[in-house]
Amino acid sequence: MLILTCPYCGVEADETELAAGGEAHLKRFGPGSSDEELHGYLFTRENPKGVHLERWRHASGCGKWFHAARCTATLEVFGTYKAQVSGPPQEIRDAISAKRPGWSWREFS
Amino acid sequence: MSQSRNIAAVRDGAMLGGHGISATKSRTGSDSHMKHYSAFAVAREALRYHTGWERAWRSPEPKKRYDVVIVGAGGHGLATAYYLGKNYGIQNVAVIEKGWLGGGNTGRNTTIIRSNYLQDPSAAIYEKARSLYETMSQDLNYNVMFSPRGVMMLAQTQHEIRGYKRTAHANALQGVKTEWISPERVKELVPIINLHGPRYPVLGALWQERGGTARHDAVAWGYARACSAMGMDIIQQCEVTGVRREGGQVVGVDTTKGSIDCGKLGVVVAGHSGQLAEMAGFRLPVEALALQALVSEPIKPCMDVVVMANTVHGYMSQSDKGEMVIGGGTDGFNNFTQRGSFHHIEETVRALVETFPMISRLKMLRQWGGIVDMTGDRSPIISKTPLGGCFINCGWGTGGFKAIPGSGWAMAQLMATGHSPLAEAFSLDRFKEGRFIDESVAAGVAH
Repeated sequence: MLILTCPYCGVEADETELAAGGEAHLKRFGPGSSDEELHGYLFTRENPKGVHLERWRHASGCGKWFHAARCTATLEVFGTYKAQVSGPPQEIRDAISAKRPGWSWREFS
Repeated sequence: MSQSRNIAAVRDGAMLGGHGISATKSRTGSDSHMKHYSAFAVAREALRYHTGWERAWRSPEPKKRYDVVIVGAGGHGLATAYYLGKNYGIQNVAVIEKGWLGGGNTGRNTTIIRSNYLQDPSAAIYEKARSLYETMSQDLNYNVMFSPRGVMMLAQTQHEIRGYKRTAHANALQGVKTEWISPERVKELVPIINLHGPRYPVLGALWQERGGTARHDAVAWGYARACSAMGMDIIQQCEVTGVRREGGQVVGVDTTKGSIDCGKLGVVVAGHSGQLAEMAGFRLPVEALALQALVSEPIKPCMDVVVMANTVHGYMSQSDKGEMVIGGGTDGFNNFTQRGSFHHIEETVRALVETFPMISRLKMLRQWGGIVDMTGDRSPIISKTPLGGCFINCGWGTGGFKAIPGSGWAMAQLMATGHSPLAEAFSLDRFKEGRFIDESVAAGVAH
């Protein structure tokens, strides 16, 4: 079972306490954007086999949204971080680099 | 009635192949000396102590070039190759497989076959597939153990009653034989069911009498044997590492067994579709999730239909070996591990135990997972791609097994002729154009 540490309340939460929220750090496109942009925003998700950054909610706990860095091929968790950022903080990037040298995900590496 | 004719016309149009080549074009491959399986063959081989059986398909080294390369030797890939050869006479074909034949989702599903879908494009392709399953053992000369034992989808909420009655009406217009049945009829067909569960009472069901199950491995093996007999090469343990392109056109693939040139490329790899698309230079609206299933210890025959309970997302049938085959839900997060989360087993079984109290004493024999490729509208993609000569068949999500023959039929038609009426609605650009085939929301069913 997946166990993520909630960066807000510090609880090591089992998967059953959490709700998965999909790809992290999406830039939202709405009225006025091009068809390509809207299509990309709505449907074209990152689907890596390896390092993945995603949103989770501590649904049955403190209720807050947060981010997790995880490997989709092994289910290894590199770390979790708060929601109010537009990219993974340096210590998360370092933690990923320690396990997966040369990783990249969208514009982050 | 006019709608009924439209669906039939799509099916018949697909049947005619659309470009003048008869669907019954015979095998002309030079290697077509496949030994016929029959009761006589069993007797003949018994006389020589069963030393005369040949391998069902050859295991060749790849050639330098093929007219068509299919990536993925699962059911959908092999069916595509088979119908390319059988319907269109295209037999210079290789099917490349990273692992072993039928070792992905083809060998991991719960083998349910049905076509009781709400939307017309879905009903057309799934009913085409179901009808091909009816005669598959004879067509392939390989026993796929198709068992049209009937598929029952339980309505356990008021919403489901309305949803299934609507589906039954839609199916009547589509020419797909289904009916709404009462709780009493459910009990008659499934004596082990508890109609009056406190949380999940059985309020009726959508019943498809000619739905059922088939032996999933045999479907892949049967197609593989028939493809090999046509002279096609099935190359296992050969991973595609790159897609070679020239001027917007596919020219070949790089593999762990060297590079292979091709005229056309078909990508039929389920969970790894996104990875292959990336190699081919385009992106797919697909995410990979783990879906799991389990079987109980074998018991005596107790249930001779397939029961699906979509409110709790559990489905159950009894295999010929006596195991209760139980399908669970998908994990909510991207995952390539071919495992599943434990709590989904608990959720599924907890709910099924209320509906089938007798299974509470059964032990679980084994559990496994497969990686399913989910699209935004939960319907598949059978389409041309931005790369010329490259076609993709993916996005079957949690319901691909039942579609194998229809999917292969449509994909072969698309690759051979550039157009397939069965596949038309499932094109890649439907997301951009807002033409969703939204089965999961519209039908309110597991899918």
